[in-house]
Amino acid sequence: MTQTHTYDVVIVGSGGSGLMAALYASQGATTAVLSKLYPSRSHTGTAQGGIGAALGNLEEDHPEWHSFDTVKGSDYLGDQDAIEFMCEQAVHAVLDLEHMGLPFSRTPDGRIAQRPFGGHTNNITGRPVRRSCYAADRTGHMILQTLYQQCIKNRIHFFNEFQVMDLLIVHGTAAGVVAIELATSELHIFQAKAVIFATGGHGRIWQVTSNAYSFTGDGVAITLRRGIPAEDMEFFQIHPTGIYKLGILITEAVRGEGGVLINNDGERFMERYAPHVKDLASRDVVSRAISLEIRAGRGIKGQPYMYLDVRPEIVNKYAEMDGRTRPDGTPYRVTADEILSKIPDIADFCRTYLGVDPVTQPMPIQPTAHYAMGGIPTNRFGQVVSDDQGTIIPGLYAVGECACVSVHGANRLGTNSLVDLVVFGKVAGINAAEYVSCANLQTLPNDAADFTRQQIDRLKNGDGSEMAAQIAQEMRTIMFEDVGVFRTGEGLQAAAQKVSELRQRFQHVRVKDTGKIFNTELLNTWEMGNLLDLAYITAISAEARTESRGAHAREDFPRRDDVNWLKHTLAWMEGDQVRLGYKPVVITKYTPKERVY
Amino acid sequence: MQIQLKVFRFHPENDAKPHFQTWSLDVDPNERVLDVLEYVRDRLDGTLSFRRSCAHAVCGSDAMRINGRNLLACKVLIKDLKIAQITVEPLLGLRVIKDLIVDMDPFFEHYESIMPFLVNEEPLPTDGRERLQSPEQRELFDDTTKCILCAACTTSCPSFWANGNYIGPAAIVNAHRFIFDSRDRAGAERLKILNDQMGVWRCRTAFNCTEACPREIHITKAIAEVKRAIRSGKI
Repeated sequence: MTQTHTYDVVIVGSGGSGLMAALYASQGATTAVLSKLYPSRSHTGTAQGGIGAALGNLEEDHPEWHSFDTVKGSDYLGDQDAIEFMCEQAVHAVLDLEHMGLPFSRTPDGRIAQRPFGGHTNNITGRPVRRSCYAADRTGHMILQTLYQQCIKNRIHFFNEFQVMDLLIVHGTAAGVVAIELATSELHIFQAKAVIFATGGHGRIWQVTSNAYSFTGDGVAITLRRGIPAEDMEFFQIHPTGIYKLGILITEAVRGEGGVLINNDGERFMERYAPHVKDLASRDVVSRAISLEIRAGRGIKGQPYMYLDVRPEIVNKYAEMDGRTRPDGTPYRVTADEILSKIPDIADFCRTYLGVDPVTQPMPIQPTAHYAMGGIPTNRFGQVVSDDQGTIIPGLYAVGECACVSVHGANRLGTNSLVDLVVFGKVAGINAAEYVSCANLQTLPNDAADFTRQQIDRLKNGDGSEMAAQIAQEMRTIMFEDVGVFRTGEGLQAAAQKVSELRQRFQHVRVKDTGKIFNTELLNTWEMGNLLDLAYITAISAEARTESRGAHAREDFPRRDDVNWLKHTLAWMEGDQVRLGYKPVVITKYTPKERVY
Repeated sequence: MQIQLKVFRFHPENDAKPHFQTWSLDVDPNERVLDVLEYVRDRLDGTLSFRRSCAHAVCGSDAMRINGRNLLACKVLIKDLKIAQITVEPLLGLRVIKDLIVDMDPFFEHYESIMPFLVNEEPLPTDGRERLQSPEQRELFDDTTKCILCAACTTSCPSFWANGNYIGPAAIVNAHRFIFDSRDRAGAERLKILNDQMGVWRCRTAFNCTEACPREIHITKAIAEVKRAIRSGKI
């Protein structure tokens, strides 16, 4: 009943990083992409505001400035060798995408258009710089489409709606994966010399999130079960501007185009928290500011949300106060039409879900769980690293949001997720193809699919006394309350304890659908188990880190502590226990200093 | 508010033919239809099967027939339906695999048939920089870059219902996106593919596609522009 397929390279996930890896791996090796969705459904498609690269199309900019901003944004937890490499490569990556056909918005002289974004600055003046290369407010959609189109052109072999459930490692070397075909529930073994995980993030752990239902941390959970640690899981970005209650993302580009955050007193409160760049401070800074405003009773109408205001009269008022100018030196003034042309999708979301027209009414927003800085540890070649010594697992790679290179450290800058996935997707694809040219297929054991079968059987044979949806609800609630924007030792301990109990209760869940055709209940329940594992690791990693850095803000330890904590967390799942270890941060030329915006 | 949710059910392993199942539910009118389907699956019947991912009208997974119209379940709020009787069915014109899940392969095959990728073998700019394209040139195909391949248009088209070999509006939209891109060099080839009985000429301008598109692409206009280009031989 189990089919076996053989490829040089197998890629798990069909978002931006997986497709980029596929395009480059396939130039020198037989390559297959396995996706639990159709490729065009991947979460890369929801990225809105842009991809950062120091093209300098509208004003002076340099990759070195991009590097410094990224290091600073990471609160000095990012590995500087990887960051410098990424920011230099970003320029080539964006031009590559244009050459592949990506329909970037254009400047009047026909070049790729660029806009300001949070944390990206002119390093001399400290003012926001136009670095984000964009295609309206659907940059991720255009990246995903363009890469998928190129894969069609290059006849990449896709296995759509195949859920990978296990990684095979033989003699310490990547040997393949086991997947279930959704249409039939048949198990397939993919024997391969190299495996690249590109499975995305896990924001579904939290109650309010911008993430897709499918963002369930599968790759990290699978590798954890195979003894590979997860790095820096305590760092998860809570984006400041999600649609109130729904969590749907409102891009930072709204603020890049001049939108401002307003509290119930009508005050543009970011002036107090980040006097230089104000609304365009780093995401962690803005999310904390919003949370503090809400806590101080300045939520709109006493409720836990703020206004994001991009009405032209408001944009123009604050642009005048800030002395903001256009590239040609004229004062920055906008019309409703111009705003709508820059953020058409955002306008559509607001009308659909809120009944609000953003050029005539302010948008109600709240922080929303958005991006995993942590994940499967890799080096800057995309190779998975299994310990604190830099030991690699030959043939195993991870890229995109599921990976932790680490280029984002404790807080990712806006636009850098797209940079990360194209740069490191390409690197991993090239390196994997080179590796397989002189590697052998490992002989698989006869029971290669057994662990996958055991996982499925356990979900089908629980006693049914617990309901997966109830457990999921309880997990999301406690994670958002106690492992969110602000954290305390007490809250983190309670969350870890609670999630541990939920993991026990999860053993009693039983999948009721006994069918083989599109048993989505089985898959969703398995994904739920992945989320629980990652929530547990997140809470434990966060409880141990007794400092505040980037997205990890401890009220009981409010300061960054470089003496004790300038290091990456590594967390191993050992049965029901989490074992923690640490490894140093790579510092090249940027000495840690206080982070002020 | 109280609603009656009537859902098309078909499990080929157990059911000889499809049937409808109805749930009476108390829901928040601001919820999406997708939220209600999720609730049913989570709490009432785990065997209910449908596709979804992003839940905010970007990924294109959850196109289905809701009260007779092709919509994304994540883009329609209960209150927008303005009626408490809600009927949810799979898209028409594609084989139903299970419940609301249809076979998307024929749809993607049509998409792939129109060379949905930039073709330009000319040397890149010698400075290694981007190919230039004016905002006006970019504007010509802006609308058709918005397509999320959800199939709402193609499966709303009477010509497609009548004959599944018809390439369908979604494929034409994606051809348009490249034909009118100043950087592309394969426009003539695509027009040749579309200049066929099963290409653009199967379109009878019913406008269903334009009404169904959750991205508000002016599909009928795009098809007309392609037809005009074929007739005139000019892009």
